[in-house]
Amino acid sequence: MTETIVVTSGKGGVGKTTTSASIATGLAQRGHKVAVIDFDVGLRNLDLIMGCERRVVYDFVNVIQGEAALRQALIKDKRHETLFVLAASQTRDKDSLTQEGVGNVLEALAQDGFDYVICDSPAGIEKGAHLAMYYADRALVVVNPEVSSVRDSDRILGLLASKTRRAERGDGAVQQHLLLTRYNPARVEAGEMMSVKDVEEVLGIPVLGVIPEHESVLAASNQGVPVILEESSHAGHAYTDAVARLLGEERPMRFLDAPKKGFLKRVFGG
Amino acid sequence: MGILDFLKTRPKNTANIARERLRIIVAQERSQRGGPDYLPLLRSELLAVIKKYVNVDPEAVLINVERDSGQEVLELSVTLPEVKA
Ligand SMILES: Nc1ncnc2c1ncn2[C@@H]1O[C@H](COP(=O)(O)OP(=O)(O)O)[C@@H](O)[C@H]1O
Ligand SMILES: [Mg+2]
Repeated sequence: MTETIVVTSGKGGVGKTTTSASIATGLAQRGHKVAVIDFDVGLRNLDLIMGCERRVVYDFVNVIQGEAALRQALIKDKRHETLFVLAASQTRDKDSLTQEGVGNVLEALAQDGFDYVICDSPAGIEKGAHLAMYYADRALVVVNPEVSSVRDSDRILGLLASKTRRAERGDGAVQQHLLLTRYNPARVEAGEMMSVKDVEEVLGIPVLGVIPEHESVLAASNQGVPVILEESSHAGHAYTDAVARLLGEERPMRFLDAPKKGFLKRVFGG
Repeated sequence: MGILDFLKTRPKNTANIARERLRIIVAQERSQRGGPDYLPLLRSELLAVIKKYVNVDPEAVLINVERDSGQEVLELSVTLPEVKA
C-alpha cells in the first residue's frame, strides 16, 4: 500500500519545502521507499533543498505529457538508496499539470512499490495546491505561530475536507496533522508569539511536531542537505521525532522551552 | 502612577490578542464554509438595508447556515447599538 502525504499550508514561506525534504529523507532513513514530488510548477525549489539540482534532466510535467518515462525523471538520492525526487517544471505554465496526469503518476509509483509519496504543495489555494492535495491520504499542514499563517491553514483544512478524492468518494477523511515550524520558545515565553497550545486550540487538530526556528535550517539549505541530516541541529532532531510519530511511534515533544538564561543575564537582561 | 510603576510595566501580551482574534475569525469562517456561496453578498446587502434605518457596525451583522436533520436554517442576528441614556 502506498500512502500519499501532502505537505501544504496556504501561505508561502512557512517551511513546506524544508519539511517535505526532511520528512521524505527521514522516512527513507527508516527503510521505506519514498518519492518526493515538487508541485510548484514554475518555481522549482525542492531539488535545491535536496541537493540534486544539477541532476534534473526530466521533470514532473515531462512525465505527465508523455515526453519522458517516470523512471527517467525520478532522481535517485545520493545518500539514500530508496529515496527519489521528482522535480517541478521550471518553464511550463501551471496548466500543464492535470488531475488525470497526476493520478497516473501516483498510480505508476504505487505499481513500482513505493511506500510513501510526499507531495510538496505550492502556496495559495489555486490549481497547483489543489492538485497536490487531491489524492492525499494524509496531510501535513505546515503552520507558523502567526495570525495570517494560522488563518490560511484553516482554509486549507476546509479544502482537505471537501476538495480531495477521499472527500468526494466518501472514503473517510484525509488524516490531518499540524506541523508547527519556525517556533521560537523564548518569544512564546515573552508573550510575543502564540504557543503550540494556542495554535492547536484555534485549529482543533493534533500537532504532529514542532520545529524550532533555527539558523541550521538556512545553513542546511545553503548546502543542499535536508536539515534532518544535520547531526547537531535541534530543528533536525524535531523532524526526526515527527517522522517517528508519523510512523505511529510515541515521542515526547522536545525544544518547547527556551534555553535557561544564566543568573547574570536574568538580572541584567540580554 | 507610583514612582516605581515603570519597573512593573511589561510589554503587552500580543500572543493572547492574536489567539483571541483568530478564535473569532476562524469560527466565523468555519460557520460559512460549505454554506451557499451567496452568504457574503447577502450579508453585505442586508447590512446596507439595515444601515438605512439604524447605524450598525459591520461586525454587528452575523449570518449563518445551521444544518440539522436534513433541514437548513438561515440564522441572522443583528446587534443594535447601545441607546445613549
Ligand atoms: N525551522 C526553521 N528555522 C529557520 N528558518 C526556517 C525554518 N523552516 C524554514 N525556514 C526558512 O524559511 C524559508 C521558507 O522555507 P520553505 O521551506 O522554502 O517554505 P515554503 O516551501 O513553505 O515556501 C527558507 O528560507 C527556509 O530556510
Ligand atoms: Mg516551497
